[in-house]
Amino acid sequence: MSTTLTDGPAAGVVGTRMLRREDPALLSGEARFVHDLVVPGALHLVLVRSPYAHARVISVDLSAALASPGVVAAFSGAELAGEWGSPMPCAWPVTADMQSPSHLPVAVDEVCYVGDAVAAVVAASQAEAQDAAAAVAVAYEELPAAVDLEDAASDRVLAHSALTSNRAYTWELVPDAAAVERAFADAAVTVRERYVQQRLIPAAMEPRGVCVVPQPFGGEYVVYSATQIPHILRTMLGITAGVPEERIRVVAPSVGGGFGSKLDVYAEELLCLALARRLRKPVRWSEERSEAAQATIHGRGQVQEIELAADTEGRVAAVRVRLLADMGAYLQLVTPGVPLLGAFLYHGVYDVPAYAFTCTGVFTNKTPTDAYRGAGRPEATYAIERAIDALARKVGVDPQEVRRRNFIQADKFPYSSPAGLVFDSGNYEAALDAALELIGYEELREAQARRRGEGATRQLGVGISSYVEMCGLAPSRVLASLNYVAGGWEAATVRMLPTGKAQVVTGASPHGQGHVTSWSMIVADKLGVSPEDVEVLHSDTAVSPLGLDTYGSRSLSVGGTAIALAADRLIDKARLLAAHRLEVAPEDLSLSAGQFSVRGSPSSAIGLGTLAFEAFTAHDLPEGMEPNLEASATYDPTNFTFPFGTHVAVVEVDTETGKVDLVRYAAVDDCGNQINPLIVDGQVHGGIVQGVAQALFEEAVYDGEGNLLTTTFTDYLVPAASELPSFSLGRTVTPSPSNPMGVKGIGEAGTIAATPAVVNAVVDALSHLGVEEMAMPVTPERVWRSIGASASGTGGGR
Amino acid sequence: MQVTVTVNGKTESHDVEARMLLVYYLREVLGLTGTNVGCDTTSCGACTVLLNGESVKSCTMLAAQADGEEITTIEGMASSDGVLHPIQEAFREHHGLQCGFCTPGMVMAIASFLKEHPDPTEAEVREGLEGNLCRCTGYHNIVQAALAAARPGALAP
Ligand code: FES
Ligand code: FES
Repeated sequence: MSTTLTDGPAAGVVGTRMLRREDPALLSGEARFVHDLVVPGALHLVLVRSPYAHARVISVDLSAALASPGVVAAFSGAELAGEWGSPMPCAWPVTADMQSPSHLPVAVDEVCYVGDAVAAVVAASQAEAQDAAAAVAVAYEELPAAVDLEDAASDRVLAHSALTSNRAYTWELVPDAAAVERAFADAAVTVRERYVQQRLIPAAMEPRGVCVVPQPFGGEYVVYSATQIPHILRTMLGITAGVPEERIRVVAPSVGGGFGSKLDVYAEELLCLALARRLRKPVRWSEERSEAAQATIHGRGQVQEIELAADTEGRVAAVRVRLLADMGAYLQLVTPGVPLLGAFLYHGVYDVPAYAFTCTGVFTNKTPTDAYRGAGRPEATYAIERAIDALARKVGVDPQEVRRRNFIQADKFPYSSPAGLVFDSGNYEAALDAALELIGYEELREAQARRRGEGATRQLGVGISSYVEMCGLAPSRVLASLNYVAGGWEAATVRMLPTGKAQVVTGASPHGQGHVTSWSMIVADKLGVSPEDVEVLHSDTAVSPLGLDTYGSRSLSVGGTAIALAADRLIDKARLLAAHRLEVAPEDLSLSAGQFSVRGSPSSAIGLGTLAFEAFTAHDLPEGMEPNLEASATYDPTNFTFPFGTHVAVVEVDTETGKVDLVRYAAVDDCGNQINPLIVDGQVHGGIVQGVAQALFEEAVYDGEGNLLTTTFTDYLVPAASELPSFSLGRTVTPSPSNPMGVKGIGEAGTIAATPAVVNAVVDALSHLGVEEMAMPVTPERVWRSIGASASGTGGGR
Repeated sequence: MQVTVTVNGKTESHDVEARMLLVYYLREVLGLTGTNVGCDTTSCGACTVLLNGESVKSCTMLAAQADGEEITTIEGMASSDGVLHPIQEAFREHHGLQCGFCTPGMVMAIASFLKEHPDPTEAEVREGLEGNLCRCTGYHNIVQAALAAARPGALAP
């Protein structure tokens, strides 16, 4: 596959920076989020949550709550236990012997994290429900809590009294153990690093919300939820609440960001459904921000050990990785699988012959973890990209040169990776070159040398991160081999309406990604209509019954491909009709801008709009042809896609105060062909900031008792505009050969690349002072201490 | 208690609970749900509206405190015939929104900021938006939108 340095060809609208069709409704306040829905008679649910990280529930006294004004009902976990057809779902039992403690929406006799629900109160208004919830009296017997991940792994304290170990599973990927041993035995240079992936709070700006409207006489339920996964949610709600799936309609209205945190089946969704069934009334729940910090999944939470075996030139012969992954208190939808999404990528963009990966998932008495933007891949990229910098320092080679020496070369694609994947296409050196050029690497190195020479207070650091990710989740057969219980396909229908307008139905479910714009661009070019004439229907299981939703940068490469294939099928049918009308053979027709014309006699032509009307009236169709122009496709990808790129961060570090300023940032990403580079830019920008946030600002901090200390935006530091620079973006284009549009996905790239780029930059700024270690988030205090530790010869941490 | 406010040019008068926050008055009593609630510690800015032309976080004040004042919400920014306000237009042109949840607050904050700083630098825009969080855009395009809206003529009526 060739790589080009432009936005790609733009014959129709695909490839252009078309403005988003979603925007007017969102900009004018017309768009409706779950919290905006007006549902007459809806009751308000408020949960009573455990203040203890681990405790036995001795008793739940609801009498005062039931007597409280406006209260309709109140329940303990025991009183609700009969509502559940099965425990809360985990769809990814990664090993046959994986342990999974029973998890009910409201705990019955043991609570296992601060925020675990112990009672549910329903009242006529939110305020009344809150007042009543405060009146619920719960007696607890506090139990010791397993808080620290490594301590929990020792089983000193058990997170669940029903388990004999905190180990959820151990999962290994060791294709050739002997080869790894040999490589380390023969290595002239080894690097051994330990990194902590701190827990992060996803913090989508819209808190979660649910509203379930029952139709008591039909036995049906409409579930409005701020979710990324209406389809998966419908199936899982049906199983868990014991409601036949076809009686549940899930609608995701406008959703205010997800980043994985709305890729889950939550207690509150189940409770609203079960209580609407029990009370025969609409029941709604609105999450508060401080509640969200505990009741919505966290991301990351790993301790990583990575070792490189290399020669004196910095060529890597083997990578060996051991992880501890913090599951939190329970396994949510894909909790155990998150480390596996990174497991294949710890050798990064480098051609490394020998590879070994082991991960142990560990229960702790903290909020469950699950997928958060990048899910496993940011962790992997962080480890290898920091370790590569450590290797560069050790062998005394510029970090960009060490990368170059190890890159999988462009002529090696498709590349069979040591972890057993086939990387579709890539040109890593082109992206590195473009990024170094964009940032002005040589000049920066000169400026850095000057500041070092002057002993300047503000030192300059340049950090590189070259990444590859696996996107387009996922080939169903591969998911089967990883024990995931569902497939990875996506479904679409494209139809033409009698007036010549087009309609697309997709199983992807957007929450900020601009799908309506991108899908209408794809279909507009296929059918020769204007994008404005393409209606996109999504996020409602009544109009889009089949789908696997939006996560893992899958929507375009899987869902978009399904749409393109459905449009092609529609065109195949239209071609037969056109041939019938023009009385020629279908092969004699060519399609251009929505017109079928006869090859060699272009005046003989018929448009898709006319054909759509004729297919609708069905007055004169070829023998056996069904009316209407409509086609469906379900696309199961044959492989993942492998976007890649290089990001470069430039920081200034004040050696007296430890303050780090991110002053410049360049990102060159390659996501294959682009449908809309404007949207790609936006995804990269937002992704970068979430990655920078992990590097410099954010951490979910627990005290020794398992209390979350960072429940608000004053403690949990989601960065503001004032803490960030603008970004310089570039792109190379190496199409994926795995799907017809050559697309790869861009939703997570920024987050994956940015964290190591920034931390590498901080270490780079201070490396001449002997600083090598730097924990995240890189706070002024941490920087200041590591400078002090290095200066006093104690080595910055380890 | 009785509260009388002018909201988006229209006089509203309602009997509200003394403890009702302005944001809930706008959302629940007036049905103006464009103003969002993103936090409970007055930190996120999703609820920003204009009070007599100046931005205020509507979760930080009581409806009662707005008695006799003029409020503009996001619903009052576009003209009645559906033409977007230049700031809204700049957001669209520069892809300054993704999920759109922070957007109404951002637009209102920028409207107020640009009145005070008609010709801001990028750094001033970034400082000016310190109280408004966005999780999607990384701010880059929001800043571009604000700078574009500040260009001579962009905000002329
Ligand atoms: S809702 Fe967050 S500041 Fe008002
Ligand atoms: S656009 Fe989603 S929070 Fe700003």
